[in-house]
Amino acid sequence: MDRKLRVAVHKFSSCDGCQLAFLNAGEKLVELFELADVVHFAEAGIVDPDAPAELAFIEGSISTHEEQERIRRIRENTRFLVPIGACATSGCLQALRNQADAARWFADVYSDPSKIDHLDTATPIAANVPVDLELWGCPVNTRQVMATVSSLLLGAPPRDDNEKICMECKRKNIVCVMVTQGQHCMGPVTRTGCGVLCPGIGRDCYGCYGPAENINGDAWGRWFEQKGMPAERIARRFRYINSEAEAFREAGKHWRDRTGPKPANDASDPSDLSPSSGPSGHLLPKGEGNKARSSTANSSNEKS
Amino acid sequence: MNERREIKINVPVLARVEGEGALDLHIRDGRIEHLKFSIGEPPRLFEKFLEGRDAFEVPDMVARICGICPVAYQMSAVQALESLFGWRSTPWIEAMRRAMYCGEWIQSHSLHIHLLAAPDFFGYSSAPEMARDYPDEVRRGLRLQSLGNELIRLFGARSVHPVGARLGGFHSAPPKDRVIRLLDRLRAALPDAENLVAWTASVDVPQDQQDFVSVALRHPSEYPLYSGRIVSDTGLDIPVDRYEDHFREHQEAHSTALYSLLDGRSYLVGPLARLNLNWDRLPEPVRSTLAKTGIPFPSRNMFHSMLARAVEIHFAIVEAIRLLENYEPDIPFVSGECRARSGFGCTEAPRGLLWHRYDVGESGKILKARIVPPTSQNQARIAEDLHRSIEAFGLDRADDELRLHGEKVIRNYDPCISCATHFLKLKVIRE
Repeated sequence: MDRKLRVAVHKFSSCDGCQLAFLNAGEKLVELFELADVVHFAEAGIVDPDAPAELAFIEGSISTHEEQERIRRIRENTRFLVPIGACATSGCLQALRNQADAARWFADVYSDPSKIDHLDTATPIAANVPVDLELWGCPVNTRQVMATVSSLLLGAPPRDDNEKICMECKRKNIVCVMVTQGQHCMGPVTRTGCGVLCPGIGRDCYGCYGPAENINGDAWGRWFEQKGMPAERIARRFRYINSEAEAFREAGKHWRDRTGPKPANDASDPSDLSPSSGPSGHLLPKGEGNKARSSTANSSNEKS
Repeated sequence: MNERREIKINVPVLARVEGEGALDLHIRDGRIEHLKFSIGEPPRLFEKFLEGRDAFEVPDMVARICGICPVAYQMSAVQALESLFGWRSTPWIEAMRRAMYCGEWIQSHSLHIHLLAAPDFFGYSSAPEMARDYPDEVRRGLRLQSLGNELIRLFGARSVHPVGARLGGFHSAPPKDRVIRLLDRLRAALPDAENLVAWTASVDVPQDQQDFVSVALRHPSEYPLYSGRIVSDTGLDIPVDRYEDHFREHQEAHSTALYSLLDGRSYLVGPLARLNLNWDRLPEPVRSTLAKTGIPFPSRNMFHSMLARAVEIHFAIVEAIRLLENYEPDIPFVSGECRARSGFGCTEAPRGLLWHRYDVGESGKILKARIVPPTSQNQARIAEDLHRSIEAFGLDRADDELRLHGEKVIRNYDPCISCATHFLKLKVIRE
């Protein structure tokens, strides 16, 4: 190749944890800079936000007007756009505001919320612009991001690995924490990719990689219910790290709706019972590039 | 040419900091007319969505505040919440928490020195660029960073948002053979750490003496990390649950993060503040390596922060070896019944004091959370320092030099801007 692949790493509302997939890569980071032209990566010291790139990794969710504008500009300047991590693929924790009374949350937090540029929602990148591939996980790891770069360098389409955690757990011969200890594991509905870290240390998966392909969230909630878990806790199980992923959002809503009247001092929001503030699903573009997202959209059709 | 020049410097995106920050500098007639260090990171409202959650969900949630220092958030949170359960943590659990925390100091400090700060002092715009001329130094830094990550992984399975820590202790005890292997790596890294201290001491940094208040934890016998009282070099000495009596936050229009003041004054938290207040608590090999540099502590030069980070990497390796020597797996966690109350937790994140308060109801649900990250606490100090340092540097310098110097001052604090974006409205009621 006579010209190097131009790679950009952009940051939106996030904890910076997914950029560490690069910054924690050690020697591989130096290698990346040799193989590719890194045209924008502010945390690593390269600032040129409007530089055209073949491949742009996007960390973070869209939660301000400025971010809405910026992601559109980046889309125009990018050939292959890849949201990385839970914030970029499902809004992550900050998207919990989408199902609550966001205006009230802001009023509670800021003495003058009007001074702060904010949207009432925190939405995934695909809800704002078409994307080409999504790398799920909170956080994504070095293997995921480097595999994407390598694929594109070799001209091969990157693989979207969306099977369930359970499959990988079985292959690794990890004793099932659900069967043997009755733990409330999210493995059967969660996408693989983390390396089955939680069952590997004897704890339940809490779903930080988001929904796997074709899951049945309601049925999995019923299993929790049979194990004596209250509906409200089941709802929280889905409304966690990836609450705006469609399959988890629908399951969370289903179980939330099954909770009884809430005590007056319950801190969570009453509007939760009737979310109407337009979560990201309504904003989804039907863009051609929006392939990865449509796989999760399909999964919600599978619900019982 | 007109001598009265007007300069407007605008740095919309600060490079090599975590999160999104910006600097606005307006000089007129040889005076700084207007200087604004702003934290523009969008609010993520952590304290709000923690409300209504079960106490057991908190450690995995607060980790997501910051990708570089998730362990710090987990440790301040478990400390605060466990005080509500009437648990007595075991010495094994406390020791292993300290060891895991050492991993985060090693990782975060190495990342900051090599990838974020050092290029400033050598005239490079990024670490990969610097690596072409200083390959050994940058490689040494990446080695130490990966050692820190490995130590976090020993307990947490992954180093960003680790999954091993829980309320009451750990989900499981690391197997002995892995600890033995890591101990070998820690011992082998000691020369790297000693050389790093010498190297950071030899870097030509501005000799900029300032007056500031240092605030850190202080422990009766240990260099502060996981516990202690909150002290300052102006006589403050309080238990962590009295924090709100002395520290107050306020909002300023240009920043999404709060400004924190100690009894009405700006103050410094972080490695330099810790070392200034606790150099006498350094274990022997670390103290003598520091003494060899000839740089005396306490120091009034903010640019000694990088040296302080190197000293703390050395300390964290020595400390982790001490804690893991003679390691045997033990019961990983304790349990008990939650009581409704307010719980307080405070630990030393790599970037400084990290204070949490949780009000918990009868059912173990979070009613209210308050989290004060280090960068909110340093924000007023950074603004003050920028003003002074840029004036001391010389306002008649070229725009580019002024901009770079301003950025250098900011990066020196290692502001964790992602963390600094959530705070609670402060209501003061006076009767």
